[in-house]
Amino acid sequence: MIIDALRAVPLVQPSGTMSGDRSVRARRALVGLFLLLAIVMVLGIGTGPALLSPGKVAAVLLSGPNGAAGSPADHVIVWQIRLPRVLLGALVGASLAVCGAVMQGLFRNPLADPGLIGISSGAALAAVATIVLSGGILAPYAALAGIYALPLAAFLGGLAATLLIYRIGTLAGRSSMALILLAGIALGALAGALTGFLLYLSDDRQLRDITFWSLGGLGAASWTKLLASAPMMLLALLAAPLAARGLNAIVLGEAEAFHMGVRVQWLKRGTILIVALATGAAVAVSGTIGFVGIVVPHLLRLWLGPDHRGLLPASALAGAILLIVADMAARSIVAPAELPIGILTATLGAPVFLLILLRRRGAGGI
Amino acid sequence: MLEIQDATVRYGTRTILASANVAIAPGSVTVVVGPNGAGKSTLLKLMTGEIAPSGGRVRLDGRALADMPARMLAQRRAVLPQSSALSFPFTVAEVIRLGLEAGGHRLAPRAIGEALRRVELAGFEARGFDDLSGGEQQRVHMARVLCQIGDPSRWTEPRYLFLDEPVSSLDIRHQLTVLRLAHALAREGAGVVAVLHDLNLAAAFADRLLVVLDGTIAAIGEPAAVISDALLERVFDLPLRVGELPSPGVPFVLPQTAAFASLKEPRS
Repeated sequence: MIIDALRAVPLVQPSGTMSGDRSVRARRALVGLFLLLAIVMVLGIGTGPALLSPGKVAAVLLSGPNGAAGSPADHVIVWQIRLPRVLLGALVGASLAVCGAVMQGLFRNPLADPGLIGISSGAALAAVATIVLSGGILAPYAALAGIYALPLAAFLGGLAATLLIYRIGTLAGRSSMALILLAGIALGALAGALTGFLLYLSDDRQLRDITFWSLGGLGAASWTKLLASAPMMLLALLAAPLAARGLNAIVLGEAEAFHMGVRVQWLKRGTILIVALATGAAVAVSGTIGFVGIVVPHLLRLWLGPDHRGLLPASALAGAILLIVADMAARSIVAPAELPIGILTATLGAPVFLLILLRRRGAGGI
Repeated sequence: MLEIQDATVRYGTRTILASANVAIAPGSVTVVVGPNGAGKSTLLKLMTGEIAPSGGRVRLDGRALADMPARMLAQRRAVLPQSSALSFPFTVAEVIRLGLEAGGHRLAPRAIGEALRRVELAGFEARGFDDLSGGEQQRVHMARVLCQIGDPSRWTEPRYLFLDEPVSSLDIRHQLTVLRLAHALAREGAGVVAVLHDLNLAAAFADRLLVVLDGTIAAIGEPAAVISDALLERVFDLPLRVGELPSPGVPFVLPQTAAFASLKEPRS
């Protein structure tokens, strides 16, 4: 009888692995990805017009912000120019990948991504509005929020877009990915039109700001930008793993998740807040960088399986690695100029998106 | 004890269930039967806490279901869904592990292996859930639910098991496998409620039959007492003949010859 078998089960989890369980592989992968991230960060700091060896980068970093290792020029390059850029790249990449994984879990569809369903557009519209109107009707807000004005506005814009799309795409607890994607297109178009309207209102300096920003990139990274956006991204990244168990259960359906003890409404609210926070902050500092949220979780699912307890932290690490590497490429390919990083991620990501579509075409619709 | 008192469910102006009264005792098997759209699923959703009644009360051991946290409920009752497609490629073991976690049990590979053996899918741990047939998937869900309910010898309070058409995609052998497992849990002290369409399986499996018709509980009692030509004909609007199985006391239902004959004739 099953009763006897269950009775014989030891209370303490044995250390051996179970067939069909990929959690041990996921744990090993996390360690590997973490080491890889450290290596990539050092290489990222070393890459640029002035090449620095990994050893020199490590020495300057380890000597601290006021340390004596390396020449004064090396010190400025590492501490003032490249370290904030690499850290910002890591945080933005981690945020984009984790937001993709969380959205895909919530909508139960591997095609969901903040960039594709209009969340980034909403965040971008709010950011542009802040840039253009901060001298006018939004002046009190800009004064009050200080360096946080842009990321905070982008968060609110992203949150509004997320709620709207969720409302449109979900009926009686069932989400329709086709509806959500189409609503995302409409919302993206609307946000684009309003952004264009705002561009007409802007002066030359604002126009230049917006253009640089909207191409997507880490070119303007600074400690100030990092300080303004890091708290929101870190909060979202640290909160996301709390949703992992619920996202696993909701893979079976919303009713089934409730049967298994998940507070589904809280899960939805929490994940939407996480995505709006991280997407808003990422868009505010780096413009819209697409497809990281599609590519990274998709590849990791093939490798580690869809368990969100492994998938979310692995997405954070791999997203950080991907964006730092993409930024290194963006700085190097047409040096001394820089490619917008969004061009690179889209080149990489769009084919992967099409590949997922092709696979799902056989499985009966998106 | 799971008690439903004067519970009414309304969607807008439509009344799906009208002042239902029923109590589910631990250690018993209650089978819900009735025509499509009668309100069987709604009754089940009331019992699992998935929906709250528009009027009346649903209580588990004297406590309103609506006041119990989802996690606490998950450790008292498990629900086998009709069918459930996955959106991501979980393995069989990963699906069943969700049940262990929901029940608040430690992850024990042996429990997963044993649950799979019980539903006659031994060695399926590493298979992809999406690659299985519908019947195999349903049995994997049964194994998951068994893991969520856990080991009766460790229960401090009775558990409840809800099965929504648990045998709809199973062959005749595995229909009995799944129902026997549920029955064994009832004998160990679980309160079991199942929605079934096969009246004969229902009669053989149930301690108590609950007949739902037009959003009301039309009859409730032992199968032999409830299953009668007159009642069934009223409930299903079809001439039915009740016989008795060789095993005494278990009624057996067949459509009358006239109903069979109409299968082959065009309706006038």
